[in-house]
Amino acid sequence: MDFANFLIQLLNSLQYGLLLFMLAAGLTLIFGIMGVVNLAHGSFYMLGAYLAWFLVGQLDSLVLAIVLGTVIAVALGWLLEWSLFRHFYHRDHLDQVLLTFGLIYIFEEVRSILWGDDVHAVQVPEVLNWSIPLTDNLSYPVYRLVMSGVCIALALGLYLLISKTRLGMKIRAGAFNREMTESLGINIRLIHGVVFALGVALAAIAGMIASPIASVYPGMGSSVLIMCFVVVVIGGIGSVRGALVAALLVGLVDTFGKVLVPQIAGMAVYMLMALVLLYKPEGLFKQ
Amino acid sequence: MSSPKAQLEKLPRSIQAILVLGAIALAAFPLIPLTGGEFYLQMLSQMMILAIFAMSLDLLQGVSGLVSLGHAAYFGLAGYALAFLTPADTPISLWWALPASALGAGLAALIIGFFVVRTHGIYFIMVTMAFAQMVFFLFFDNKALGGSDGVYVNFRPDASVFGWAGIDLENKTTFYYFTLLLLVLVYAFLRRLLFSPFGRVLAGIRVNEHRMRAVGYGTFGYKLAAFTLAGALAGVAGFLWAAQTGYVNPELMGFHMSAHAIMMVILGGMGNFAGAIVGAFAFEYVMHFFKDLTKHWQLLMGTFIVLVVVFAPRGLLGLVERFSSKRGKA
Repeated sequence: MDFANFLIQLLNSLQYGLLLFMLAAGLTLIFGIMGVVNLAHGSFYMLGAYLAWFLVGQLDSLVLAIVLGTVIAVALGWLLEWSLFRHFYHRDHLDQVLLTFGLIYIFEEVRSILWGDDVHAVQVPEVLNWSIPLTDNLSYPVYRLVMSGVCIALALGLYLLISKTRLGMKIRAGAFNREMTESLGINIRLIHGVVFALGVALAAIAGMIASPIASVYPGMGSSVLIMCFVVVVIGGIGSVRGALVAALLVGLVDTFGKVLVPQIAGMAVYMLMALVLLYKPEGLFKQ
Repeated sequence: MSSPKAQLEKLPRSIQAILVLGAIALAAFPLIPLTGGEFYLQMLSQMMILAIFAMSLDLLQGVSGLVSLGHAAYFGLAGYALAFLTPADTPISLWWALPASALGAGLAALIIGFFVVRTHGIYFIMVTMAFAQMVFFLFFDNKALGGSDGVYVNFRPDASVFGWAGIDLENKTTFYYFTLLLLVLVYAFLRRLLFSPFGRVLAGIRVNEHRMRAVGYGTFGYKLAAFTLAGALAGVAGFLWAAQTGYVNPELMGFHMSAHAIMMVILGGMGNFAGAIVGAFAFEYVMHFFKDLTKHWQLLMGTFIVLVVVFAPRGLLGLVERFSSKRGKA
């Protein structure tokens, strides 16, 4: 593999890893703070992608679509937390698994009723629809770079939100000791709503920004969900930092696995997971 | 968070009565002349197969407190084993294909179990699911293993004994009774196991694993044994499924299949194997009912699942028990 090719694969794996991080961060944040395991997380990714396709058709602008789509996702997250999830914080994980599995069915059907079962494509915005030439016949699409940039910006924003702001302090306090936080007069219900909406929004944004490079199709959430689980398992559940490291690792192994050993490409990531579990059954960054 | 509460270990009279009546009804069903009888025969066979599958999961989920979200992997693997063991031009003998398929599924469960059993709670759920997905993609992505299209089972296994062809699995009624027999056998075996020292240790692990370790039990070995056994029994169900439908595809090992098994166990009631049987029948019935009703059946199914979780966390048998114990007191 020459250098240009290597660079392309490296950028691809970075882009895939960062996208996975957006998804896994929401999943692990919701688990770490509310103790809820959410199988429907992949559905939010799917809904995001379909929203992007639908809104681009209406508004004719991907940026506007993402802004409006994010607002819708936050509202949806808030509504779900308020109506269903808050009643499941103290229930068994098994109940949460079933609840969210039921939601997968509901979301799939709602998607089918609203937008049908067709496969769609979203156009890359005109401004970003060009490539940076690397050699005579190799080039790298700018949109993917911008995607990675957006992911990095959001990850940075998330980090600052959680570690530097007052709200972040309350979120961490709530995760550490719910009763104590509540008795200090902090509205923990509000915090839960915010975190849940944030998680849903992250998944939906991931779906929206990924829609121009991946096709938009029914059931696209389930494979993503499983990759998220792998990331969370490798990183250590509840750890956002672990999710970042694991997502980048998974991105590398998956991308280079496909190039170097295509025979086992589908399984390479799971082998990585098995290897990590062998040495660290609780993941790399168990809190 | 605490592990799920198992219930009704010693079955109350009312539930035993339901089981006996159910078994009689199932035994008598092929004798009833019914229009479209063959269709219903096939449907009931499938429900019984899924009941075996659900019971195998209940050994983990209800008895040992290990919620596996990847149990369908072993179900599917045994089905594939039958498909690949069967030669192109002649049926294979049931008497070694069934044990071989179940053992193969058990072996896979032993290997995967070695990794997953070391984890706990929510981790266990995620890791079992991830490993099952690995198996799923192994078959889905490989043309040599049938790919996404799946594989046909060329012939139903041959169940003749020393040339006597009394058990002909090509015959739908015979297959039905064969499945019923296995359902009863697996149920009796698991009930017996539940009250054996091995079963008591598993139940102890569910209640408090730390204490079991402190008392001196090597819980890892016990959990691994339970995981392997559950995998092998799921394999029995998968084998029957493949033999009946004559076709296997990756969906059999998929995420939905695993989640459905969990749902069946919950719906009926966990930890006593009777619930798994009732749950499998009820779940399949509801699904067929919704599918006949509307093409948007997923919406109804999803709502149904959500409602069950919200309102009947102890399952149908839990309701029966509550009802009958209330009457007993009055």
